[in-house]
Amino acid sequence: MSLPSTRNDSFHAGPGFQEALYRWVSDWGELVVDAMLTLGDMAIFAGKMFLWLFTALPRKGTILPNFYHVGVLSLPVVALTGTFIGMVLANQSYTQFRDLGLESRMGGVINYSLVRELGPVLAATMLAGRVGSAMAAVLGTMRVTEQIDALISMGADPIHYLVVPRFLACILLIPALTIMADFMGIVGGYFYAVVMLGLDHYQYLNNSRNFVSGWDFFAGIFKSFFFGGIIAVVSCYRGFNCQAGAEGVGRAATAAFVFSFVLILGIDLMLNIFLESVFRTFWPHGGSKLI
Amino acid sequence: MSADAAQNSMDPTGLANQVRPRIELRDMTLKFAKQTILNHINLTIPSGQTVVIIGESGCGKTMLLKSIVGLVAPTSGQVIYDGQDIGRMNDVEMTGLRRKFGFVFQNAALFDSMTIGSNVAFPLVQHNIAKGRQLERMVSERLAEVGLPENVSFKRPAELSGGMRKRVGIARALILNPELMLYDEPTTGLDPIMSDVINELMLRTRRDPSVTSLIITHDMRTARKVADRVVMLYPFARLKKGENQIIYDGPPAGLDSSDDRRVRQFVEGEAGERLMELRRKEFDGFHETPMLADKYSS
Repeated sequence: MSLPSTRNDSFHAGPGFQEALYRWVSDWGELVVDAMLTLGDMAIFAGKMFLWLFTALPRKGTILPNFYHVGVLSLPVVALTGTFIGMVLANQSYTQFRDLGLESRMGGVINYSLVRELGPVLAATMLAGRVGSAMAAVLGTMRVTEQIDALISMGADPIHYLVVPRFLACILLIPALTIMADFMGIVGGYFYAVVMLGLDHYQYLNNSRNFVSGWDFFAGIFKSFFFGGIIAVVSCYRGFNCQAGAEGVGRAATAAFVFSFVLILGIDLMLNIFLESVFRTFWPHGGSKLI
Repeated sequence: MSADAAQNSMDPTGLANQVRPRIELRDMTLKFAKQTILNHINLTIPSGQTVVIIGESGCGKTMLLKSIVGLVAPTSGQVIYDGQDIGRMNDVEMTGLRRKFGFVFQNAALFDSMTIGSNVAFPLVQHNIAKGRQLERMVSERLAEVGLPENVSFKRPAELSGGMRKRVGIARALILNPELMLYDEPTTGLDPIMSDVINELMLRTRRDPSVTSLIITHDMRTARKVADRVVMLYPFARLKKGENQIIYDGPPAGLDSSDDRRVRQFVEGEAGERLMELRRKEFDGFHETPMLADKYSS
């Protein structure tokens, strides 16, 4: 008497299944290897950029145009979006805070969120969208039209000539843009909460003063330097490694924004954890957070 | 191997015996991923010679030029310039060497963000050679030399025609009085008159005996007019086993009477066997499509 088979006959791991499994493992392996190669390549690119940054002054005439594009031209859009974010935050939190009878505390929550998180991330997002994509597109076009090759053939280093000024513009001006986003967000939130919703002016500001400290402001600005660096390195790298043709330039611009944005959010989380642990080390009982 | 290829003894014009070599490509191979672009290329170019490189699109002409300037690193072999292996040079040495080169890119590769004047002045500024009035004077002189008016220097590259951009590219390449001029398809996309203007400009640089020129072109008029020597490359993928990638190396006058049919067909602009080959490939790829099979079998 034969024993009943425990094998499920409806599932047969034949050559087709094995082939599909191999293909699945191979595809994922290829993806991981590609991602590691890109990260390594980007690290080498950033290393070269830092080497130039600390060993030679940027070329005359390359700094001011980049500062103008990154700083001055980004200011209106950052200010406008900052204002709306402050107003939307006030609008969204009002209903919930009113139900809890805590609407007088809104000022603290809105301004804390803006200064600590929304202001820096919003300014960085706007910069990645407006400036990062443009950088990738410009450098990508220079790559496909052989302008980068022309630079090299004339004895100029393209990283020194093109990347260093853009990096400096991003890391030095993003704190200013963050301050603008913070300020306009606070103004927008105040306007919506106090002027439009009729909350008490004194309570709104007093709660803000109690909740938001100099440390929170510092944390936001500190993070923005990293965001600026990420935008410059990722966007320039994508532009330098652009594929041929109009489609290649378009892809480089899109990839620059997407990669920058994902990295900004990832680094934001890590920096928040780091800053929190620093704060707990220096002020284990909470303290007044600098001011 | 054809008789022309067999005489690929580095320099068929015999100039190499009289003048020291400016450039030597020794057994140079260039591969991208798994694709071989250039295969064991040996080429010696004496100082003062004007060499025109011809060949089908995709045969590796531009890559050969770029490997000489160090824009592309050969997979194996050596690129020797004035007796120095450029593959062994560090960045500083390479930058110094590039001051001796003038490269005219296929589409001029002018910097869009700069004016024409700044484009032409770029090498002088980059190497701190001139500034102020002296810089302006040198730029004006070069622009005049290529037949462009002085007011062009305030315009942007986008405001100029293709021919004018090419001439600006030549002015920029010439501004450091280079020892080696490299032209990548300088007359492509230009009308015959403008092509001849560019040819004349190239001939003018040839008058200086110390200037060596390498010109890539598909334009046989240009090749015949400016070349001391013509080198024809054949795409590696279509070579027979063991065949040399340089299928012609000799004076321009010998092109028409070459033993190699591929050289004569290229010079005369006849698709000939190439067309048959393309049709065969298309037919093989679509042999199951009855309509296409009928079309080619008839």
